[in-house]
Amino acid sequence: MTTPVGTEAIFDRLGTVTAFDEAFHALEERDGAEAPASVRSMRSAAFDVFRRLGFPTTKNEDWHYTSVAPIAEHEYLHVTTASGDVRQPALAPFTFGHNEWPSLVFVNGRYAPELSNVAQLPRGVRVLDLRSAWRDAPELVRELGQITSFENRTFTALNTALMNDGAVVHVGREVEAGAPIHLLFVTDAVAAKSMMHPRNLIIVERNAKATVIESYVALSDAVYFTNAVTEVVVADGATLHHYKMQREGMRAFHVGTIETQQGRDSHYLSFSFATGASLSRTNIYTTLAGEGCGATLNGLYMLDGEQHCDHQTLIEHAQPNCFSRELYKGVLDGRSHGVFNGKVYVDPIAQKTDGKQTNNTLLLSDKAQVDTKPQLEIFADDVKCTHGATVGRLDEQALFYMKSRGVSRDLARQLLTYAFAADVLETMEQQSVREELERMTLKRFTKVESSEQTG
Amino acid sequence: MALLEIRGLTASVGDKPILRGIDLTIEPGEVHAVMGPNGSGKSTLAQVLAGNPAYEVTGGSIKYKGQDLLEMQPEERAQAGIFLAFQYPVEIPGVSNAYFLRAAYNEIRKARGESEVDPLEFADLMEEKLALVDMDPSMLGRSVNTGFSGGEKKRNEILQLAVLEPSLGVLDETDSGLDIDALRTVADGVNKLRSTDRSFIVVTHYQRLLNHIVPDVVHVLAGGRIVKTGGKELALALEDRGYDWLTDGAATAGVSA
Repeated sequence: MTTPVGTEAIFDRLGTVTAFDEAFHALEERDGAEAPASVRSMRSAAFDVFRRLGFPTTKNEDWHYTSVAPIAEHEYLHVTTASGDVRQPALAPFTFGHNEWPSLVFVNGRYAPELSNVAQLPRGVRVLDLRSAWRDAPELVRELGQITSFENRTFTALNTALMNDGAVVHVGREVEAGAPIHLLFVTDAVAAKSMMHPRNLIIVERNAKATVIESYVALSDAVYFTNAVTEVVVADGATLHHYKMQREGMRAFHVGTIETQQGRDSHYLSFSFATGASLSRTNIYTTLAGEGCGATLNGLYMLDGEQHCDHQTLIEHAQPNCFSRELYKGVLDGRSHGVFNGKVYVDPIAQKTDGKQTNNTLLLSDKAQVDTKPQLEIFADDVKCTHGATVGRLDEQALFYMKSRGVSRDLARQLLTYAFAADVLETMEQQSVREELERMTLKRFTKVESSEQTG
Repeated sequence: MALLEIRGLTASVGDKPILRGIDLTIEPGEVHAVMGPNGSGKSTLAQVLAGNPAYEVTGGSIKYKGQDLLEMQPEERAQAGIFLAFQYPVEIPGVSNAYFLRAAYNEIRKARGESEVDPLEFADLMEEKLALVDMDPSMLGRSVNTGFSGGEKKRNEILQLAVLEPSLGVLDETDSGLDIDALRTVADGVNKLRSTDRSFIVVTHYQRLLNHIVPDVVHVLAGGRIVKTGGKELALALEDRGYDWLTDGAATAGVSA
């Protein structure tokens, strides 16, 4: 890393030769050379942008509360071949009790066909890895880069420059995909000191309906860096339930960007669950680009120790008569730091917009820290938009009440924490996923007492 | 051995002394009424027995079943058989009544070295207890006290009492905010739970609850002290004459101090 240019530099420029240069050139010359020409030229353009920008500093408004210095100070190896030793049984904790769901599994960033299950897809549904798509689905590959822009976004630029694997999901017109489609990105100890840049594309065509789960999980506590980008199209009249489960290793770095384009009368229902990684940033951006559509962006993050977890959301109301609902909840223990930065942007023509945004934080320790910044930018004059944030602690009266009934301090805290998270979990339509998250919420806080004593 | 022995108990909220030396002995199976004007310290006594950390005990002792009660955490007291029916039951959105009750029941069983019960066994138990307080089973599916009417909250307290089967039930102004029908239901529930090995402290401002739950002993609390003790007829005298003849101005001492 080099010194920033001037004290107000919002990006920290990179040195002349970095691991990123090496990774890019290796991809260009050898490992990623079979990509279509359009992808290769996009990679090149994106790498130029990444080289020019470098990593953002906290002077950058979008990164004010999150320093990426811990990410930038490591050198990572870009994994381009199959690695690791992950067998089917090891995936059981992450599959919500449903082995039979269609799934694409990626191990240490590379597609693992032997662990995936795409044999029995419903008619009209395509699920394939990115490299197969280059060969077999050029009409889908053409959509890459159409939704997201890397112009001022370092991590999206880096992902684009190094994209070489990922998932492509296509749900045809009028098709109901049925069971959730699970995109499972797993790492094991072999991932230590490596970086992965999964690039995903989800297209739900007109009047179709689907549920897609994107999971990032770890089987070790290795230090590694995931930098994922998912582009999503929800066409006219379509509905997509999109769950993101960030359960990376506790020493991992995770940056995940989801960018969605919504057509007329479409519904996009996103849930971001985050409990892993030492440093994570999730960006969820959706554009309500047709009349009458709705976006629901909900999330729950549960942090402990020194974890830092940042969510940035942007809902752009670009057309009239759309609604958006957003509820993010954070449960922070130890010395963890939670950040929520949510913006609702209403274009001048987006009359009759109905928007509501809420962020609630529960602090379980005196040393946990929260930064919350809900923002409304409204340029239309006939809209109904509200936003709000609360930060609180467990209700002492409720704790005493429960204890006075014989409930131990630990269980009382656990139940109240669970109760705090319950209403946002209840918004998840997929029952197996919801129940798994409820279990995790309950389990996570059985150890509150011990973490306090050591903290 | 007495169930409960309170000696020279003093307690404060913040810097403000509320209890100024309480002596009280309760034998197994007895029902004691604690009456007194507002600010006399009745509710403080109830909260101190349950171990509410908002109240600081500054002196005296409490022996419960021979143990030093003041050394015990609130949950240990509950597990040892003390139950406080709150004047203002706390709402706990997001935790179902059924889940909470079973959790409490199992924690108490666990503390006594008994096995936990599963949801099915517990449902059978609940059926019987719900009938005792004339409560609709649908209340079990709702969040604890959340959106309950005043009467429903008090009934829910007595339901918990019925399920947890304490040795000492402390009812803190359970009659406040109840209409006469609800009062009767709640009192009937308590009466059915009276037994030779279960004692009650009934804290109340008015005598009317004591028409239904007839006490063995009545104490009048004023200015943080027990100023008179008598039989159930004392409550009737208070109803007729008010508190002034007993307290001689001391009744409001706790408030003005």
